[in-house]
Amino acid sequence: MIHNKEVIPAQPAPKGTIGPIAWLRGNLFNGPINSLFTLLGLYVLYLLVVPTIQWAFIDADWVGTSREDCSRVGACWVFVNARFNQFMYGLYPSSEYWRANIVFGMFAAIIAWMVIPRLPFKRWVAVFALLAFPVIAYVLLHGGYFDLPRVSTHRWGGLMLTLLLATVGMVGALPIGIVLALGRRSNMPIVKSFCVIFIEFWRGVPLITILFMASVMLPLFLPTGMGVDRLVRALIGLTLFQSAYMAEVIRGGLQAIPKGQEEAAAALGMTYWKRMGLIVMPQALKMMIPGIVNTFISLFKDTTLVMIIGLFDLLGIVQAALSDSRWLGFSLEGYVFAAFVFWIFCFSMSRYSQYLERKLNTGHKR
Amino acid sequence: MLKKKHLALLVSAGSITLAGATTAQADTFEDTVNRGAVQCGVSDGLPGFSAPDDDGNWQGLDVDVCRAVAAAVLGDADAVNYISLNAVERFTALQSGEVDILSRNTTWTTTRDTTLGLNFTGVNFYDGQGFMVSRDLGISSADELDGASICIQSGTTTELNLADYFRANDMEFDPIVFDTSEQTVGGYQAGRCDVLTSDTSQLAALRIQLDDPEASVILTDVISKEPLGPVVRQGDDVWFNIVKWSLFAMINAEEYGVTSENAEEMLDSENPDVARLLGQDGNYGEGMGLEADWAYNIISQVGNYAESFERNVGMDSPLEIERGVNALWNDGGFQYAPPIR
Repeated sequence: MIHNKEVIPAQPAPKGTIGPIAWLRGNLFNGPINSLFTLLGLYVLYLLVVPTIQWAFIDADWVGTSREDCSRVGACWVFVNARFNQFMYGLYPSSEYWRANIVFGMFAAIIAWMVIPRLPFKRWVAVFALLAFPVIAYVLLHGGYFDLPRVSTHRWGGLMLTLLLATVGMVGALPIGIVLALGRRSNMPIVKSFCVIFIEFWRGVPLITILFMASVMLPLFLPTGMGVDRLVRALIGLTLFQSAYMAEVIRGGLQAIPKGQEEAAAALGMTYWKRMGLIVMPQALKMMIPGIVNTFISLFKDTTLVMIIGLFDLLGIVQAALSDSRWLGFSLEGYVFAAFVFWIFCFSMSRYSQYLERKLNTGHKR
Repeated sequence: MLKKKHLALLVSAGSITLAGATTAQADTFEDTVNRGAVQCGVSDGLPGFSAPDDDGNWQGLDVDVCRAVAAAVLGDADAVNYISLNAVERFTALQSGEVDILSRNTTWTTTRDTTLGLNFTGVNFYDGQGFMVSRDLGISSADELDGASICIQSGTTTELNLADYFRANDMEFDPIVFDTSEQTVGGYQAGRCDVLTSDTSQLAALRIQLDDPEASVILTDVISKEPLGPVVRQGDDVWFNIVKWSLFAMINAEEYGVTSENAEEMLDSENPDVARLLGQDGNYGEGMGLEADWAYNIISQVGNYAESFERNVGMDSPLEIERGVNALWNDGGFQYAPPIR
């Protein structure tokens, strides 16, 4: 018997299995059919990408102030440039932009503070964000206090309005959704039937109908002069609609928690709210992150529907700008810009939810 | 489309009873003075009639009506709250008091005037179905269109009007039907038809979007009636009179040659019509609760009808719509205002 007492030193992988060429061979050209599809795919990509880049960058016009500055061969970003402030703030008076900017800045700072793990005092920032920030934002945006000129809500618009609708919708829908989900699982018949009826009613009606009801029918039933602001009407409709969806997402999470968890908590003598708040909800919400973020993203995009009740959200203000007779015929540029802004926000939300899932992963992943 | 119509009917049916009850106690004039701004409902974007410009100020022929009323009542044409309304909710917004004037490209019809609890105060634009043809064809009137192929959007009243017109005039045509207005323009551009038909105000907006707008002309003939005008609630005659006479003041100003530029010099004019218009000879605003300079404010801040027309939809605008039937009565058009005296 021969024993080799020395350990065979580690060898690098064979040349044919590493490096870019091996990766190409393994993933793109392993066999004649796959090679054919790869080449075909590359060709289609070429057909799509080259004219797009040509249109959007190489032939595009960037500087100027009017339609005469555009050659019309490529994209006319002059249009987006000239209207950029309007796309951000809607018809908000330009002398008051600083107020919106402060709110934007505070909003971004709060989000960043909550998202970056290293920063301390998260609890206090959250309390500030939920209690003080809405008041500050309202006072700044709406004015009428501390010598700030009043800017009524029909002048709000653009990205500012989209963010406002989405944020209020999200912040409002989550707690209402949690309460509804718990209520629907409750043993108390009145609570339970109320929650079921509420959820099924709001979920059974398209959002567009709710907005129409809020803007067309509601004013007829209110006494003259008691008009509820149309932005408020849209906000309430949007929040209640989303809370019904949120409730069902959360109920799905609650159902995935084994009954033993709650029973064990009950055996320890915990009250209902403690059982829910300390044992069931933390586990359920963690599992529900993809579902909740999915609802948030769809809410963010649903906000464009307020256009039909005459509110100028980002898409609405782009369309209004397109109907200015000085800028007729630049719809493609306008829509591409709107799509790009929406993509940025939705993609960031999606990335953050993935990060959150990884961070909260405690090995229960199934 | 059908559904929308139904909803609109339903809404209007529901509101008839309500409108009667709510308008009785309304005093729009006083409310407006207290608020310091006119609540004006405009379209959420219609080229030449109402659209925000680069600085976010509303511009357009319909917008100028709001500005004129604000100038007359409050002395400041900028004291207007613009509320953008879509086609379905426009009448509800007016009935429920959310807006006090609806100046939104609304066609004056019997049903609207008599059953919705609303009143039309006049006509600020006589629209109608017209034709756009290629300049090369050398056509100058709709009578010469016999045998033409015509691009048209399907399922609209435009289609019916067209058939009626050709039958009535004993002419032949070859319809080329498209689904949307973009496709219709595309078809015209690609040379699939000689003629494109739609409402003239819309034709002008479509023409700009052609690759070479100069190669096409819009014929001045129209074959249907679409009188567009401002609307107010029924039952508030003071407000009705104010809106009505604000428009009349602009039209009269054009007739007497008073413009925003010469309004100040015209204050010393010897012409009795001008003196009455500008409040130098008696106070004709008194009956409406206005100051004597009400019309002067309109003309100096908004301009006369011609200025408003040319600036927003006419030759000074990209739309380049000709005056046509919107010219003054003594100039071959329909625009006629009762005298101020």
